[in-house]
Amino acid sequence: MSKHTAAERVAIARNPQRPNITDYIDALFTDFFEQKGDRLCREDPAILGGVALYHGRPVTVIGTRKGKTAEESIRCNFGMPSPEGYRKALRLMKQAEKFRRPVITFIDTSGAYPGLEAEARGQGEAIARNLMEMSRLTVPILAIIIGEGNSGGALALAVADRVLMLENAVYAILSPEGFASILWRDSGRHEEACELMKLTAADLLPLGIIDDIIPEPEEGAHAAPALVMREVDRAVSRHLSAVLKENWPHAVRYKKFRKMGVPAKEDT
Amino acid sequence: MNHIFAKRRARLLAMKAIRDNYVPGDKLITCPKCGAESLRKTVEQELSVCPACGYHWPIGAYYRLSTILDPGSFRELNTKFPAGDPLSFPGYREKQRAVQRKTGLTEAVVTATGSIGGRKCVTGVLDSRFFMGSMSAAVGEKITLAIEYAAKNKLPLILFSASGGARMQEGILSLMQMAKTSAALARFSDKGLFYISVLTDPTTGGVTASFASLGDIILAEPGALIGFAGPRVIQQTIGETLPEGFQRAEYQEEHGFVDAVVPRAQMRNTLAQLLRLHEKGGRA
Repeated sequence: MSKHTAAERVAIARNPQRPNITDYIDALFTDFFEQKGDRLCREDPAILGGVALYHGRPVTVIGTRKGKTAEESIRCNFGMPSPEGYRKALRLMKQAEKFRRPVITFIDTSGAYPGLEAEARGQGEAIARNLMEMSRLTVPILAIIIGEGNSGGALALAVADRVLMLENAVYAILSPEGFASILWRDSGRHEEACELMKLTAADLLPLGIIDDIIPEPEEGAHAAPALVMREVDRAVSRHLSAVLKENWPHAVRYKKFRKMGVPAKEDT
Repeated sequence: MNHIFAKRRARLLAMKAIRDNYVPGDKLITCPKCGAESLRKTVEQELSVCPACGYHWPIGAYYRLSTILDPGSFRELNTKFPAGDPLSFPGYREKQRAVQRKTGLTEAVVTATGSIGGRKCVTGVLDSRFFMGSMSAAVGEKITLAIEYAAKNKLPLILFSASGGARMQEGILSLMQMAKTSAALARFSDKGLFYISVLTDPTTGGVTASFASLGDIILAEPGALIGFAGPRVIQQTIGETLPEGFQRAEYQEEHGFVDAVVPRAQMRNTLAQLLRLHEKGGRA
């Protein structure tokens, strides 16, 4: 594994040239059909979802979309979903359950959108509902953190049987800038925050937060996208076939999340 | 014999409640909302509500329990549950110890069984004096244990939220408590059991985006700030000033996220009514 510092990995994870959800859908899936709208009020382009074939098997694919051009980024709100996005994701997951399809999510978001309208329409409620419903969804869920996975906005797609992470992806409670701003009232200390936050894949694997690390080339995934796609494909295949063997994936998933943060004996 | 213990428990809770907000009765305190000065004694009689404008002061967990539970019914769950430091965050242990000494709390939540209007229930109360009531791994675990205790004993559950959100010093493990508590509530709900979430000032961040928003009934105290992102962050994002009353309890009621805004003085009766209406978990 490469020897980047946490701050360097944050920079790589945010690189605009890094493969995004549409690249993964193009490379890994066939016959993708995009589904739009939460059926309540609006379509949120910050979350992309639909049905596709993964090696011939129908799956539901959902993920945050950052956009690569300036125009696309604005349309997708820079990958920061609104409550409608989370409600669309939940609608698609419920549908996956109905048709017995596994769910595969791709996560790359700096967090849920902190805007006035997002609040008015219940950002907190939308995320909470997803956490609750994902914990009892009776089909397998696989989550892959491909870039940034920040805050409840990322977790709302990551209550999964297996959480995989690209080597240079980061997964955290919030952005290092936000962390430094809240803790020290100084967002300039974000590099220091990166080291303390334990947000890299290598930090999170031993904590049991993630289940596998997908290797990247030295400079990051954008340097050799085709290679990364092959690695992701291999990891997804392996983990998907393992979770498909579970009769009660939600029971195993519950146990996995139930254990998180249970204090070790020596703490007492 | 039993009533002697009940009396002792009542006295214990009363003592802890006094510790929560002791100010000599003849002292004047100023309301931060309307600026009116009132005698501490008067404010105390009103359950820490401003007699002039109805502003609800934040209150400690034991004090809140003493205002809603039947006298003598309070029994704390997982009393000695330790605060943790899962990421070995520099300076965190020292800060925890200082806050523990100051507040007499071990963590930011107190969970207990008790009865309200004669009906048994499990309650959990977040205390904003302890790291802003933020969700540490220990807080998440205590709440999950309370949910599981209620599920096992088929009791209704009441959680009072008062939280700034995640516990920064516990990073990702704090985030995972959102998933853990929500998953525990899914199991609880699947059993046909009843959960009331009460939102008090402030309920934000990861607590709003998990158990606080998942009540069968959601109540809020008047004027409580309730939201996912804090007003400061939103203001920075959109670059305009926020409308008057934004994210307050009344605003959330108007936008469909709260069943009722209930003043503190009526909380106990409202909870008793709801427990009565959901007797036997709603099943005939």
